[in-house]
Amino acid sequence: MASSEEDGTVEEKENNNKKRTKSTLATAWLTFYNIAMTAGWLVLAMAMTRFYIQKGTHKGLYRSIARTLKFFQTFALVEVGHCAIGIVRTSVIVTGVQVCSRIFMVWFITNSIRQIQSEESVILFLVVWTVTEITRYSYYTFKLLNHLPYFIKWARYNLFIVLYPVGVVGELLTIYAALPFVRRSGMYSMRLPNKYNVSFDYYYCLIIVMLSYIPLFPQLYFHMLRQRRRMLHGEVIVEKDD
Amino acid sequence: DKHLRAQSKRKPAKKTKKAVVFFEVEILDAKTKDKLCFLDKVEPNATIGEIKSMFHKSHPQWYPARQSIRLDPKGKSLKDEDVLQHLPVGTTATFYFRDLGAQISWVTVFLTEYTGPLVIYLLFYFRVPFIYPPKYDFTTSKHWVVHLACMCHSFHYVKRLLETLFVHRFSHGTMPLRNIFKNCTYYWGFAAWMAYYINHPLYTPPIYGEQQIRIALIIFLFCQIGNFSIHIALRNLRPPGSKTRKIPYPTKNPFTWIFLLVSCPNYTYELGSWLGFTLMTQCLPVAFFTLVGFIQMTVWAKGKHRSYLKEFRDYPPLRSPILPFIL
Repeated sequence: MASSEEDGTVEEKENNNKKRTKSTLATAWLTFYNIAMTAGWLVLAMAMTRFYIQKGTHKGLYRSIARTLKFFQTFALVEVGHCAIGIVRTSVIVTGVQVCSRIFMVWFITNSIRQIQSEESVILFLVVWTVTEITRYSYYTFKLLNHLPYFIKWARYNLFIVLYPVGVVGELLTIYAALPFVRRSGMYSMRLPNKYNVSFDYYYCLIIVMLSYIPLFPQLYFHMLRQRRRMLHGEVIVEKDD
Repeated sequence: DKHLRAQSKRKPAKKTKKAVVFFEVEILDAKTKDKLCFLDKVEPNATIGEIKSMFHKSHPQWYPARQSIRLDPKGKSLKDEDVLQHLPVGTTATFYFRDLGAQISWVTVFLTEYTGPLVIYLLFYFRVPFIYPPKYDFTTSKHWVVHLACMCHSFHYVKRLLETLFVHRFSHGTMPLRNIFKNCTYYWGFAAWMAYYINHPLYTPPIYGEQQIRIALIIFLFCQIGNFSIHIALRNLRPPGSKTRKIPYPTKNPFTWIFLLVSCPNYTYELGSWLGFTLMTQCLPVAFFTLVGFIQMTVWAKGKHRSYLKEFRDYPPLRSPILPFIL
């Protein structure tokens, strides 16, 4: 019995060392990642502002920043990985849903349906996304460096109250504007008969996506509100049992 | 206990009156820590199940099936069979209560979730109005594989219903009520999606024709028999009314010899059945349903395998959870 106890403590020490190296590595990577993402979205913000100041119109703005946007928004997929391996303590599902909805907007709506790229609603959600992401990533960066200025914390947990619904409006208006073009072109759709015995209508799929905002958006919104109450006011919230 | 035994040793001739130490039980809410119930004069050999019945009397809205009684507010639920005096409590036991929510019996859930696909598939098979263009109402498909697929699908769910009624021995009586909505959406939704395409007037039969269908049927039937054999073998492990758990081993039935390699062969055979059905119908939604089912069953099989390993020291090391040597 005694020897196994000794083995236990040696193992524990080894595990603690492993944990310490893992967490330093994780912290280093996360710090780099968040700084890089903050920088990326700042670049996007500046590019958008410069375009608008120089050209005075939003037509063609999307095309000018499309590549940068696609790169940084797609790279955000690694955040799902962070949650999955546990170096970030957030639900994989919540992060997954948020990142996927962004990827969907960028790749399956604005990127593939060129006719809606000059819509105002696109600028609307791009602005919202840019402000949100700069705030969010700089919040994480400062938190990891243990030097969080209060105004960043304030911004992260207050701006979303307005930005989130405005962003949703922008996204929904964009999808709605895309509908007639999708219907006319029959893009991403498959009709019967075919050897896989399946059919898919992207038009109706988009309608379902729009409808799914109705149950999903309030859940994410109230999740953020609960986080806000906890982080800013230290309220003890009795979580709903699953 | 030791004290009482010592007493009886000192007076071997006389019949010793064993001093029964009654317990007091207080039940607190696990979240708010409010005192919900106080029971005095509880027999030391009372089970948690009996305590739950007593609690139910004072709080009739919480029937025993929806009570979770635990020693620690954040700990594991105690089992109904646990005996009060064998628990690490003093003569005044404090338990924490958590409401599990409205419960529904497993049998009810299974019957509902399996009857749905059976009926729904037939609605599509008979081309009931408002599904396909009106000129096809109540017509039948010209492809014989469609009729075969209907027979296989219906056989599968009739088998499941009969097994629920006569074969399965459930270790839990109930599950949360919201599960029935979740489960029925899954089963009924996928059944409708599959049935729509298989029974569609524009259905395309399998590329390799009769050969493909024949192999698929053999795989399907083989796995149906296999799955049934496993269910019977598992039933025979457990005497009626008991909740004991034993390691399953191969029996005389060759279909159970797979127990040598796999912990949950019922899931292995189930996967095989649906692979057969996918091959038979050559329908992507069926393939999708098979994939999703496989993922879920793998999660369950891994959990079951882990609990077997935890519970039995001598568990056969060669076994994998669901796929021999692979998964």
